[in-house]
Amino acid sequence: MEIDPFIFRLSIFILTIFVGYYVVWSVTPSLHTPLMSVTNAISSVIIVGAIIAALAGSSTTIFDTANIFGYLAIILAAVNIFGGFLVTQRMLAMYKKKKKDK
Amino acid sequence: MSANILAVFYLISGILFILALRGLSSPETSRQGNFFGIIGMAIAIGVTFLSIGNFSTGFAYVLGFLLIGGSIGAFIAYKIPMTAMPELVAGFHSLVGLAAVFVAISAFLNPEVFNLGSPGNIKIASLIEMSLGAAIGAITFTGSIIAFLKLRGIMSGSPITFFGQHYLNLTLGVALVGLIFYLCKTQIDTWFWTLILLSFLIGVLLIIPIGGADMPVVISMLNSYSGWAAAGIGFTLENTALIITGALVGSSGAILSYIMCKGMNRSFFNVILGGFGATDQSSNEKGKEQKPVKNGNAEDAAFLMKNASSVIIVPGYGMAVAQAQHALREMVDALKKNGVKVTYAIHPVAGRMPGHMNVLLAEANVPYDEVFELEEINNDFANCDVAYVIGANDVTNPVAKTDPQSPIFGMPILDVEKSKSVLFVKRSLSPGYAGIDNDLFYRDNTLMLFADAKKMTEDIIKSL
Repeated sequence: MEIDPFIFRLSIFILTIFVGYYVVWSVTPSLHTPLMSVTNAISSVIIVGAIIAALAGSSTTIFDTANIFGYLAIILAAVNIFGGFLVTQRMLAMYKKKKKDK
Repeated sequence: MSANILAVFYLISGILFILALRGLSSPETSRQGNFFGIIGMAIAIGVTFLSIGNFSTGFAYVLGFLLIGGSIGAFIAYKIPMTAMPELVAGFHSLVGLAAVFVAISAFLNPEVFNLGSPGNIKIASLIEMSLGAAIGAITFTGSIIAFLKLRGIMSGSPITFFGQHYLNLTLGVALVGLIFYLCKTQIDTWFWTLILLSFLIGVLLIIPIGGADMPVVISMLNSYSGWAAAGIGFTLENTALIITGALVGSSGAILSYIMCKGMNRSFFNVILGGFGATDQSSNEKGKEQKPVKNGNAEDAAFLMKNASSVIIVPGYGMAVAQAQHALREMVDALKKNGVKVTYAIHPVAGRMPGHMNVLLAEANVPYDEVFELEEINNDFANCDVAYVIGANDVTNPVAKTDPQSPIFGMPILDVEKSKSVLFVKRSLSPGYAGIDNDLFYRDNTLMLFADAKKMTEDIIKSL
């Protein structure tokens, strides 16, 4: 008897929800804003789908309708990836501990 | 590259993303965490290129568009002021949503590339997955745009409600499910386009009835949606990295929404159905205004704080609006020179997004170990000489503990009324977002400082 690969993916999905649950509860409340910006950045990994869609088909028809939607999605996701990670970096760089000399 | 090796690399990306979130458990590890996230993303994009292995003209375009988007993103990230973080995040959510819609459209138009069957004969499971991904993505897109417009002040922050709103939303929701069903049954593309348009409409309708101060919940909720949309697409494309990320982001947003709702003692549905406080505002405005209020100026405030041994600062959204965080830090520095112990108390729903106040204080160089959450600091108010409330209102209202009739009854509040004296910086006596009068204004130990938060703080610095 063979298990449908979908079930494997579903298992990964559900287990990750649990991982996410415990990881996110351990995030300190003062970092909730960076948490939102970084989750936003990583959810743009959807760009892998966009790349596949953009490069699909023969090399002569690189601007097929399906390809164009892929290219558009690449731009959107790229804004998010760079913007999301960099703005998170910028925020995190601001969190400083009390200086000892005080 | 074989599909198996590819899958292993996607798994590695997924694990790096988990580590990125894990890093946020403390500010010390957070920067490293963000770095893990970047590596994870680079691996995912890199192996996707290698797996296609077709370095022809199309490849150059992909790289070009990637760089165009990337530069726009980088530019925004460096230019954006910290006070605008809520609308930035809302804007970014809308992009994820729209990207999900576009990828779903591509997959629908060209299913062969993703091994989903052929046009008109797409596998039912894939069709359901991509419909869900597209629908949630579309709702995230328009919902986030409305949230963005409200946060940016382009659209009024007050709730928009109309007769039969909930029934309309319910009907549209049912229609959405029906469309997915028909799409699977007939594979006719009209249903697919209708589905996307309908989801755009639902996104707008879901967010317009929710008011400005409930935005922390809305942003967290849209964060969650963007994750579920990504997961939906991940299932369609059979991509582990996307599934893992989607599940992580989805649960993260859901937890944040829960924390925000708890911070207001309201149920998630109560917030989502909207229209909070719009009805009983008028009845509260009568009669209460005559009560005596102690009115102070900057010198009084400076005198009180200079002679205090401990001061707790309670910042709220008003501080962000007035951009008063830098002035506030200077005031605190001056107080510290006088030997006053100063700490900050932050309510979970202060500001317009989770952790909003913390970021602003960090921007003003306030060390994070002087900033405390509600549970950590609430007992300290009883031993504190002065509470300096700047731009916060409802989260300090003692009515939440005493009056079961009040709409905010049961909401956890900062016990500022227990401190020896309270300095309340506010522009007028008008009630806060919840539309209820704050008892604190009329107490003997409260001194009202009627002014813009930044201006008042600067005046206090001069008097110190």
